[in-house]
Amino acid sequence: MDYAATGEQAQTRIDAASELDALEQLRVEFMGKQGSISGLLKTLGALSADERQIVGPQIHALRESVSAALAERKQALESAALAEQLARDTLDLTLPAPEAPRGSIHPVSQVMDELAEIFADLGFAVATGPEIEDDWHNFTALNIPESHPARAMHDTFYFPEHNDAQSGTTQHNASRMLLRTHTSPVQIRSMLEHGAPLRIIAPGRVYRSDSDATHTPMFHQVEGLVIDKGIHLGHLKWTLETFLKAFFEREDIVLRLRPSYFPFTEPSVEVDVGFALVGSKRVLGGSGDAPGHGWMELLGSGMVNRKVIAAGGLDPDEWQGFAFGVGVDRLAMLKYGMDDLRAFFDGDVRWLAHYGFSPFDVPTLSAGVGTAA
Amino acid sequence: MKFSLSWLKDHLDTRATAEEISAKLNAIGLEVEGIENPADRLAGFMVARVISAEPHPNADKLRVLSVDAGDGAPLQIVCGAPNARAGMIGVLGTPGAVVPGGGFALKVSTIRGVESNGMMCSVRELELGDEHDGILELPADAPVGMSFADYQGSDPVFDVAITPNRPDCMGLYGIARDLAAGGLGSLKPILAAHVAGSFPCPLPIRTDDSEGCPAFFGRAITGVRNGTSPKWMQDRLKSAGQRPISALVDITNYVMLAYGRPAHAYDLAKLSGAIFARRAQDGETCKALNGKEYALTSAMTVIADDRGVHDIAGIMGGEHSGCSETTTDVLLEVAYFDPVRIGETGRALNLTSDARARFERGVDPAFLDTGLDLLTQLITEICGGTPSEVIRAGTPPTAPKLVKYDPAMAERLGGVTIPDAEQRATLAALGFASDAAWNVSVPTWRPDVDGAADLVEEVVRIHGLGNVASVALPRADGVARPTATPAQKLERKVRRAAAARGLNEAVNWSFLPEADAAQFAEGNGGLWLLQNPISEDMKAMRPSLLPGLLSAVARNLDRGAAGLRLFELGRRYLRGEAGRSDERLTLGVVLAGENIPRGWASGKASSFGAFDAKAEALALLAEAGAPVDSLQVAGEAGDQFHPGQSATLRLGPKTVLARFGMLHPAVLKHFDIAVPVAAVELFLDAIPARKAASFARAAYAPPALQAVTRDFAFLVDAALPVGDLVRAVRNADKANVVAARLFDDFRGAGVPEGQKSLAIEVTLQPGEKSYDEAELKSIAERITGAAAKLGAVLRS
Repeated sequence: MDYAATGEQAQTRIDAASELDALEQLRVEFMGKQGSISGLLKTLGALSADERQIVGPQIHALRESVSAALAERKQALESAALAEQLARDTLDLTLPAPEAPRGSIHPVSQVMDELAEIFADLGFAVATGPEIEDDWHNFTALNIPESHPARAMHDTFYFPEHNDAQSGTTQHNASRMLLRTHTSPVQIRSMLEHGAPLRIIAPGRVYRSDSDATHTPMFHQVEGLVIDKGIHLGHLKWTLETFLKAFFEREDIVLRLRPSYFPFTEPSVEVDVGFALVGSKRVLGGSGDAPGHGWMELLGSGMVNRKVIAAGGLDPDEWQGFAFGVGVDRLAMLKYGMDDLRAFFDGDVRWLAHYGFSPFDVPTLSAGVGTAA
Repeated sequence: MKFSLSWLKDHLDTRATAEEISAKLNAIGLEVEGIENPADRLAGFMVARVISAEPHPNADKLRVLSVDAGDGAPLQIVCGAPNARAGMIGVLGTPGAVVPGGGFALKVSTIRGVESNGMMCSVRELELGDEHDGILELPADAPVGMSFADYQGSDPVFDVAITPNRPDCMGLYGIARDLAAGGLGSLKPILAAHVAGSFPCPLPIRTDDSEGCPAFFGRAITGVRNGTSPKWMQDRLKSAGQRPISALVDITNYVMLAYGRPAHAYDLAKLSGAIFARRAQDGETCKALNGKEYALTSAMTVIADDRGVHDIAGIMGGEHSGCSETTTDVLLEVAYFDPVRIGETGRALNLTSDARARFERGVDPAFLDTGLDLLTQLITEICGGTPSEVIRAGTPPTAPKLVKYDPAMAERLGGVTIPDAEQRATLAALGFASDAAWNVSVPTWRPDVDGAADLVEEVVRIHGLGNVASVALPRADGVARPTATPAQKLERKVRRAAAARGLNEAVNWSFLPEADAAQFAEGNGGLWLLQNPISEDMKAMRPSLLPGLLSAVARNLDRGAAGLRLFELGRRYLRGEAGRSDERLTLGVVLAGENIPRGWASGKASSFGAFDAKAEALALLAEAGAPVDSLQVAGEAGDQFHPGQSATLRLGPKTVLARFGMLHPAVLKHFDIAVPVAAVELFLDAIPARKAASFARAAYAPPALQAVTRDFAFLVDAALPVGDLVRAVRNADKANVVAARLFDDFRGAGVPEGQKSLAIEVTLQPGEKSYDEAELKSIAERITGAAAKLGAVLRS
C-alpha cells in the first residue's frame, strides 16, 4: 500500500474542508474508531515482527501527518470563524457613551473649605453660632448699645417681639431675636464657651436689609479672632498678609492699613489690598500706590475692644487680641472672577456647572488651596 | 462730609496739595470717598473776545460773532444772547466740550444756514449760577486764550466718610484739627467775638426736660432782612451738597457744616409766650420742615411755646415757625440734646437729618456760647439786626473726662514704638491735655474717647498705621493639628459625596415667601417670620431645604433645563425652647424631570422615580456614617410627598434620619413645576455621633471558603412589604446568612390573585468547613420558617 499517497489524498481533502462540521466528519472518517487510518493500525497486529518493523513506522507517520493536518485546519477554520465573528461585532465607537451626570461644589463652600485649610495651618479652629441671634450677642455684647448710631450701619432684619403668654411679660430687648448682621457674635459665644487663649475663624451666613447689584440681603462672612497675651496690631497685619498670600497664592499681596471705626475693636483698622489694573480688570498684587495700581477696600479689623473681651467673660487686663471680618462671597469673586453676587444664590445649573468645583478639588496645603481654571 | 479746599483753608493754614491732603485724610482715618474738581467739568472752555457781532442774515434774534480765542484764527459763532457785542470778553465753548449745565457735547453745526464753531456760554450753562439772560461777561483784563478752568481757579471738593465715632469731624473745623495734628499745617483759631445784647430777650427760654435737653441757650435778633445769602456762602454750601435757601437758614447750615454745631432760627413773630424744651405729650403732632406730620410720644423731647410744638428737638424744625422771606425778628436756639434721646426719637419717627446725625453722635457741649456768637456775627453782618441779651437755660454736661494712660500701651496694643514726646505732642494737637503722670483729659468734642485703648488709636493713627510692622503669630511646633469638629468633617464629606454622585450644589436664600414655607412648616411652634422683610418673597425662615430647591428647579425649568439634580447643605430654622432658634444642619436633594435623556441605546427619556431618591438617601447616609443596614423604611414622609411613593428612613421608632420619595402633585403645582420631582431630605443632626475610634479597623481576614448562594421563591400576600420579608430572611440564621437580596417581584400567571411571588437570593458563608447537605437543609428550614411567620409559602 502506498501510505504516502494515502496521506496526500487525506491532506487534500482536509485542506478542502471549509466548515468545522465537514472537518469533523473527515476526522471521524480517518481517525474515528471505525476510521480508515485507525483500521490500518489494527492490521499491524496480524503482521509478523519483521513486517511490523517496516510497515509500522509508515502507518504511524501517516497517522501523525493526518492528525497534524486536521489540527492545523481546525485552527485555521476557528481563527477564520472568530475573525468573522469579531467583524460582525464591530461597534461605531463614535456613538456616545452613557453620560454620568457631573456634580459640583458651590464656590462659597469651596472657598470656605480653602479658608479652613489655610487657617488650620495657623492654628485656627472653625467655630459656628446661630444665624437667628439675639440682640445681646449681635449688638450689646459687641459694644453696640441700643442707642448707638453704629446700629444704623447695620440694616437689621428683626423678628417680632415675642409675648410670653404664660408669664404675661414682653421679651426683654436683649433677647429680641434678629438675623445676625455679622459673624461677630461668634466671637462672644466662642470666648464664653472656650475661654482663652483662642484662635478661631467663624464662616457663615449673615443678613442685612440691603439689595442692589453688589449687595444681597443674605451673604457670607468669615470672622477671625485671636485672643492671647501680648497680641498686637503687628500680629493682625502678619496674619492677614499670610492668609491673603496663601489664599490668592501670590507672594506680592500688599496691604494698606487705615484707621477706621468699629464699635467692637479699638483701635479699628480698615484693610485695603493693592491691585493692578489690567485692561478693565483688577488683579490683586503689588502696592496700590504704584503707577496703574490702586487700593481696594477688603476687610475690617482691629484690636478687640476691652468691653467685648469682658462680655466674653475674660479679663481684659489679662487677655487681648485681634479680630477681622471679610466677605466670603467677595473673596470668591476676587479669586475666581465672578462679577455678579446675585448669581451666587440663583441656583442656575449652568452657572453652578461653570463656576462650581469638582468634588475631588479638595483644598489642601500641599497642592495649593486654590483650583486653577 | 463734603467741602472745598478753599473752605478747608479757612481753618487750616497749609500749603499742601489736594493730593497730599487726600492721602493724609485716608492715613488718619478720614476716608476720602472722592475728590471732585469742578474745574474738570470746564475742559474745552476758553476765555475769548468777541471781535465783531453782525446780524444773522436769516434770523432776527441771532447774531453772527467773530470770536478770538487767543490762537489768532477768529472763529465764527452764532449766538442768541442779547448782550453779545463787539469787544466783550466771555467764555467760549469749543467743539467737543461738554456743557456742564446741559450735559451735551458741543459740535460744529449750522444754524439757519450759518456755520457755528462753538458756543458763547451763560452763567447757568457753566453751572456757576442761575443766570441765563445773556452770556457771561468777564472783566476786560481777562486773558484771552486762557482756559476758563485756570481762569476760575481750581477748588477741588473732598467727599470724606465720617465714621460714627467722630461727631467732631462732622464739622470742617474738626477735620482741619485732625489734619493739623497729622502735620499738614496749622489750625487757625476760631474768630468768634461775643456780641453783647442791647436789650433783654423778648421771650423767656427754659428747659423743662433737663434729661433730654440739659441746656438751651438762645437770643433774639430783631430787625433782620432775610434775603439770599452771599455768594461765597452759597458756593460753600453747594460744595457741601446743600441747596441755598435763605440767608438765615443758610447761616445756621453754614455754622453746622463748618463747626459741627447745629442750631435753629425761629421766626419770633410765630412764637407766643415762653419758648422751652419739654417732653412731647402722647398724641401730639408736629408738622416738620419737610412738610410731613409726625405723631409724637412722651418719650420724645420737643421745643414748644405756650401754644404748641415748634420743633422736634435736635432733629427737625417745624414748618409753622420756620424763617421765611418776611421774617424780621428771629430767635436763635443753640441747645445740647441727649444723644440717646435724639437717636431713639429719630428711629421711632424714621426721620433723619443733618442735625440728628450730629446730635445723636454727640456735639461739643462746650461750644454753645461760641456757636451762638458765630451765628450772631454772621446774621448781623449779612442780615443786619440787633441782638438781644443771651438767655442760658440749663447747663451742658462739660465736666472733663480723665483717662489714665500709659504710653507703653502704644507698643503693647499697636505694635509700634512711638516716643513718649511724640505721643504727648500728638495728643496735645488733638486737644488732649496730659500731665506728667499721663492723666489725660479728653476734649469735650471727643465723646468717643473713654479709655486708654482709644488714646492708643489716636497716637497710632496720627503716627501712621503704615509704620506697624508685621509680626508672626507664634505657632505650635510641628505639623498643623486638625481643627475640624466631627460635625464639620461630616458636613464636608457629605457635601463632596453628593457632588460626586452627580448633584450640583446650590446655595439658596434662608428666607422664603411665607406661602412656600408654610407648605413645609413643621409642627415646631410655627415659622420664624421676619418683622421687616426686604420683600414678601423673603419673609419666612425656611423650615426645610426643599422649598428653596424647588424654586430653583422652577427657575431652571423656565430656562429650558430638562433634568435637574440639585442639592443644598445648610440649616433649616425651627422654633427652639424659650424663644431661641433651633437650627439644624440638613441636606436637601431634588431630582427633577429627566433622569436619562432619550438615547440611541436607552430609547425614550425616563423621569426620576422614588427609587432614585431612595438610592441617594441611602448612599449619602452611608457616607455620613449612618448605620444603613439597620435602617427601616417606614412612616410617612409628610404631606409634601406623594402618599404612596414616599417614606422615611428610621433608626428605631423615633429617630428619623431622612425622608424621601416623589413630591406631592399639589406641592409641585404650588411651585409651578410640571415635571415629576423626587426629593430627599437628610437630617444630618439626627445621625448618631460615632464614638471616637482609633484608626485601626476591627480585625478581618477574608473567609477561606467560598460563599454559597441559594435562591428561595415565596408566595406572599400582595400587601406584604418586601423589605419585611427580606429582613426576616436575612435575620433567620445570623450565623450563616450574610446577605439576602430580592431579585424578582412577580404577579400574574401562576401566582394566585391577591398574592405575589418574591424571589430572594440568599448568600451563605461557611466557616471552618464546607456545608454538607444536612446543614444546608436545616439552614433552608430556618429561612422558610422565618418567612412563614409573615405568611410566606415556599414555592415548589
